[in-house]
Amino acid sequence: MSQAHVEPDSAPVHVRLPPAFANLFPDAPRRLEVHAATVSELFDRLDELWPGMRDRLCDTRPAIRRHINVFMDGERLTLASRLPPGSDVFVLTAVSGG
Amino acid sequence: MSGKVHLLVGTRKGAFIFDADESRDDWSIRGPFCDMWPMNHVVGDPATGTIYGAGGNEWFGPAVWKSTDLGATWTHSSEGIGYAEGETPVKSVWSLAPKGNRVYAGVEPAGLFVSDDGGASFTHISGLRDHPSRPEWQPGAGGLILHSLVLHPSDENQIWVAISTAGVFHTADGGRTWQPRNRGTRADFMPEGQNYPEYGQCVHCLVMAPGKPNRLYQQNHCGMYRSDDGGQSWESIEEGLPSTFGFPAAVHPRDPDRLYLLPLNGDIKGRFVPDAKAAVWCTGDSGNTWKDSRAGLPQENAYFGVLRQAMATDSLDPAGVYFGTSTGELYGSRDEGGSWKPIAEHLPPILSVETLVLRS
Repeated sequence: MSQAHVEPDSAPVHVRLPPAFANLFPDAPRRLEVHAATVSELFDRLDELWPGMRDRLCDTRPAIRRHINVFMDGERLTLASRLPPGSDVFVLTAVSGG
Repeated sequence: MSGKVHLLVGTRKGAFIFDADESRDDWSIRGPFCDMWPMNHVVGDPATGTIYGAGGNEWFGPAVWKSTDLGATWTHSSEGIGYAEGETPVKSVWSLAPKGNRVYAGVEPAGLFVSDDGGASFTHISGLRDHPSRPEWQPGAGGLILHSLVLHPSDENQIWVAISTAGVFHTADGGRTWQPRNRGTRADFMPEGQNYPEYGQCVHCLVMAPGKPNRLYQQNHCGMYRSDDGGQSWESIEEGLPSTFGFPAAVHPRDPDRLYLLPLNGDIKGRFVPDAKAAVWCTGDSGNTWKDSRAGLPQENAYFGVLRQAMATDSLDPAGVYFGTSTGELYGSRDEGGSWKPIAEHLPPILSVETLVLRS
């Protein structure tokens, strides 16, 4: 678990959640702002707001789930990836299914 | 006719609920529920009417779904359903056994979890995976899954589980320690002379006879078996069946000698009903003799299978018997398997069928 420290007055990260969360977490918005310095910390913040959300996005290895992609500036991120204040983060479902 | 009968159907694309009165003459369908996740097992607690669903989604991982209003609304949780960091993560929940506020959950890769808060959070019963045989457990075609969970009706310390492919295991101390219970069951896929190992058999379905906790039946990849000593020894009861291969087994709600099977043609022959003609096979004498039941079932060009959790009986008198196919048809009998009617067609591939009878 990341112990990265975030200044309370630093700019938040802009996050877009996957459309599928409209059913899984009906109270969660599609877009929100969160104070987090890493992807892992972002997932922790989301889990505090909507319990169970972290489990839907990452497994116990721990790693981002195989068919979940987290992008910033067109790059795929890992749990340890750092999130600069003010960055735009996209959490998306990858191509999968059958 | 004051009660309601519900069929709880898990499919590759969500859960469905079928509703009827006790005549079981006319069924209505609701669903798909659980956000179209693959739902391996959907069960109901007749004491409370609570419905639980076991599933796993390629995107979002494993979860136990729950509805306290007969499917109108659902919640989901996987809190506590996970192994230690570095181990292969839990992919999906495969089997459920509710008893009061306690809910047992079997998962893939094989392991057992328990909830004491009605499915809100779970704790790993680590004793099962601590068994020294665990490194040798091998996944079957469906994965390394714990698909059958059998609770002793009066002794909460006794549980039987069935794992493909590891065999049957039993605990008498609430899950702290486990013993293999496979003596007498074959493993035809092992080299000659090694066909009766202590563990490693490919059990497909494990059920307990009503009123006789020591009587178990199992449909195995390699034969059909009965035990009268809680699984310490097994006797073959496959003579008279059209095949030694099949997946589901369903006990009668009151008669411990009566059992329903749906044998398939063989593990390397397509796994269809034999000769493409559907039949449920029933014994009324604990497996000494078998009789096929075909009235109302397709007798030509039936190229479907029925999976390990996709057959069930209800608790009414006469008992209803139901099964769901890999091609999305749901069949029911309201005369103890004497004759059959289609209840639904064109569903997604059916993974499980259970019944929930609620009396007003």
